[in-house]
Amino acid sequence: MSTTATSPVEGKPQPEKNHKPAVSAKPVTWKLPVTLMVLATIAFIFFGLLGPQGTAKFGISSGGDFFQLPAIQVPAFLSGIVLSLILLVLAGYALVLKARANRRPPRWLPAVFTVVFVVAFLIWVVGGARTPSISLAGLIAGSVTLAVPIVFGSLSGVLCERAGVVNIAIEGQLLGGAFTAALVASVTHNPYLGLVAAAVAGALVSMVLALFAIKYVVNQIIVGVVLNVLVSGLTGFLFSTVMQSDPEKYNSPGELPIIDIPVLSSIPVIGPILFKQSVVGYLMYVAVIVIWVALFKTKWGLRVRAVGEHPQAADTLGIKVNATRFWNVTLGGAVAGIGGSFFTLVAIDSFTKEISGGRGFIALAAMILGRWNPIGAFFAALLFGFADNLQSIVTIIGTPVPSQFMAMLPYVVTVFAVAGLVGRSRPPAADGIPYIKG
Amino acid sequence: MLQRPYASGPSLPDTSRLVRVLKLELKGITKRFGSLVANDHIDVVVEPGQIHCLLGENGAGKSTLMNVLYGLYEPTEGEILIDDKPVTFRGPGDAMAAGIGMVHQHFMLVPVFTVAENVALGAETTKTGGFLDLDDTRRKIREISDRYGFDVDPDALIEDLPVGVQQRVEIIKALVRDAKVLILDEPTAVLTPQDTDELLDIMRQLKSHGTSIVFISHKLREVKAVSDTITVIRRGKVVGSADPGASTTELASMMVGRAVSLTLDKAPANPQETTFEVKDLTVIAPNGQHVVDGISFGIARGEILAVAGVQGNGQTELTEAILGLHDRVHGSIALDGEELVGRSVKEVLNAGVGFVPEDRSLDGLIGTFSIAENLILDRYDQAPFAKGISMSPARVLENAKTRIAEFDVRTPSGSLAAGTLSGGNQQKVVMARELSRPLRLFIASQPTRGVDVGSIEFLHKRIVAERDHGTPVMIVSTELDEVIELADRIAVLYKGRLVGIVPAGTGRDVLGLMMAGVSPDEAQADAAGRHPARSLSENPAANAAEKPAANAAKNPAGTPATKPATNPAPAAPSVQEPGSGAVGDPHE
Repeated sequence: MSTTATSPVEGKPQPEKNHKPAVSAKPVTWKLPVTLMVLATIAFIFFGLLGPQGTAKFGISSGGDFFQLPAIQVPAFLSGIVLSLILLVLAGYALVLKARANRRPPRWLPAVFTVVFVVAFLIWVVGGARTPSISLAGLIAGSVTLAVPIVFGSLSGVLCERAGVVNIAIEGQLLGGAFTAALVASVTHNPYLGLVAAAVAGALVSMVLALFAIKYVVNQIIVGVVLNVLVSGLTGFLFSTVMQSDPEKYNSPGELPIIDIPVLSSIPVIGPILFKQSVVGYLMYVAVIVIWVALFKTKWGLRVRAVGEHPQAADTLGIKVNATRFWNVTLGGAVAGIGGSFFTLVAIDSFTKEISGGRGFIALAAMILGRWNPIGAFFAALLFGFADNLQSIVTIIGTPVPSQFMAMLPYVVTVFAVAGLVGRSRPPAADGIPYIKG
Repeated sequence: MLQRPYASGPSLPDTSRLVRVLKLELKGITKRFGSLVANDHIDVVVEPGQIHCLLGENGAGKSTLMNVLYGLYEPTEGEILIDDKPVTFRGPGDAMAAGIGMVHQHFMLVPVFTVAENVALGAETTKTGGFLDLDDTRRKIREISDRYGFDVDPDALIEDLPVGVQQRVEIIKALVRDAKVLILDEPTAVLTPQDTDELLDIMRQLKSHGTSIVFISHKLREVKAVSDTITVIRRGKVVGSADPGASTTELASMMVGRAVSLTLDKAPANPQETTFEVKDLTVIAPNGQHVVDGISFGIARGEILAVAGVQGNGQTELTEAILGLHDRVHGSIALDGEELVGRSVKEVLNAGVGFVPEDRSLDGLIGTFSIAENLILDRYDQAPFAKGISMSPARVLENAKTRIAEFDVRTPSGSLAAGTLSGGNQQKVVMARELSRPLRLFIASQPTRGVDVGSIEFLHKRIVAERDHGTPVMIVSTELDEVIELADRIAVLYKGRLVGIVPAGTGRDVLGLMMAGVSPDEAQADAAGRHPARSLSENPAANAAEKPAANAAKNPAGTPATKPATNPAPAAPSVQEPGSGAVGDPHE
């Protein structure tokens, strides 16, 4: 009789009661340490050994700040070597942990690695540029600006998918919001009305999604894609027939003013980001926090999440699954619509075809990278905004790297993020699965 | 009737909730789904403070009835009376408000929520502004937990808890909502025997606190152990009520509608050389988990090895790995010295492996194909059914005729779609197909799940016949009764590991402990020292590993067990939902 048995509880023949699965239940893979090592090696070769000889200059303060910080000057070659050595050490540590103790690296390690890598990359790019100087403050402020619609889009995704409806139509909601904001603001000469109209337009686009996905149980991905095409076609048509006929009347929405909070906005670097924004920019911060609190701290949020995770369970407790989903999707559309208004009321003061330029899809990626959490999605969107902004700045200062490669940056980041390199993310269990009552 | 309301246990600050008891009556409940009559004028009265059992086979309509009572379905006809007043439930919320709680067969718990969040859901206590007040919920959970000795941590995540504890969370959920009548739908299907014992204890405790319980089950032993009243349901109709003192055979015949033999005549095994050997088998799931973890065993020709274990402990993956359905498999699987790891499924089948998958409608049959076609799914491209690229429909039909007769498949014609057959007949078709080739190994996973009692007898006989024919046979079953009935040796899996292999006569309580991960030696020592009171796994002296005959003493029903090799354990007809049976329980 072969007994390859192991007794899980030492000595005590008692069935396990409050068993917590051991962390080792999932074996530690080589994926992360090896990826880190490859990246560190690439960094060492390019940023270190092949690094530029010049000096990279990073401006920190902008003109309006109430105290000026001196610009940072770093020798590109030396810092490239030092930083890439740090990367090698970090990756080596992860490898040793896996090899010796079979443990995964501590949580801070990938984060620190990413930051050091990005800094090394920046120094390398700037140091090798024709004009080796950029404004760090400008870079960050620009990142936030570019991230605003992405943040709103990803919040829309979070609201929908937490309730169990896949929202591919973020792009359409952004575009619908942008168009309506421009039209209404132009006609009424009131950008704030445009903002409200954008929310309504986004909600209407979303309601179509909700109706078909929930009531008629059409495949949610297909409805989403169709909606994107529909909104794109509709706004394109109205743009060329209505707006183009009289741009003065129909496509000059005027800008939402930038509200500058005195003193606070003069703090270097963070001042402009937090305290020198348009209404839409401030709304973004408010929305992130409010949605996070609502989802995780309130009765409403508990019910929404239950509906997205286990609709039958919610139903047996008297929660109306499909109504919850419907209103969440609608709300998500309104949020994305506000994000869309950013294009026409803040960034550029007129509408053009396809003004959202695929940011709805980037927002979808930000939502996944942010693990369906409003705050996570916010930072993920910032990352995309940063990649986007870096790409344009770097092209301006002139680097040895072809600008096309730089333009790929946001999408490369997206692919890696969504491929789950940053850790397995788990969508809500009932995401995309319609609920049909027995 | 043992009604001792709130006699034991610490009193609660709010004792009023213990005083109110409730009489529940279902009158003429009929539920139709299209042309299907799931419930046909059912009358049931649940007296306050009673454990009332609804006994019936899978697909008899028990779950439908309870979903009507819980407000999930609206009855086509009939009414529900609470304390003699008619009520209408438009949803589960109404039922809960009326004092009815339900523990579903498939737990209604959100896996990524904590216990407290799950309990609070739908009946949240909030601070101003809609903010959750989970402290209040935690307090209630601790209170109930203490009263019944549940030992549940309010902040544990559901997915980290074993099923037994999850079930308690479900009970807490109902109690927090002040349930006076608790419906338990097949609560023991997912439990180890020890957990089952504990659950029955909890039910008795609840009763003593004044909660009535509607206990839905098809497991006769449990029903007899705990019920005050038994109502038997067959094909959507009440066929009568029975006394818990009735014998298992009596109850079984009521349930099935004819006399059934619950025991299997099985000659002692005559094992020959070991031809099938598994060594250090590890299967890695896509998420990286070792779902089968270093398993080694062998099966001799002419013996049945039964693999026991609570569902989800690696049984499915083990059988699938043998068949070649998994990519990440380490170790060796050898049949007559031939290595099977790394071979395609087709090669494994051609090597002489017969395989009955655990879910016949998903993996065993193609419902829209005809019975005849389903019978040759494994050999459609071979003679005599195929010649070159053409098939011979006449031969296929001819083959079907023989098989249908041989396996007693109840159907007017072999050209009907397989999906139209009842569960038992579908299973016969799968079994007929897999046994129609010369086999060197036969694997059957959950061979009688969701199958009517009559078919169970037949299927069991065929499995034993295959053994006697000299084939190594491997049975995987989560039903301990079936394992005990069929096995010559029993292997127990727990969390992907082999806890041990024990001889057929091993006591139910020992097996139960092993199913919870306790090694065989410790399990036997523990079972011997265990206080037998109230235990369903009777016979404290059942360190019966070496004494198959001792088994005979363990018959709670008192039916005579004449043959030593025959298993006297009563309740073979235990099978699980979902109903692919003739009168299916429609699930949402």
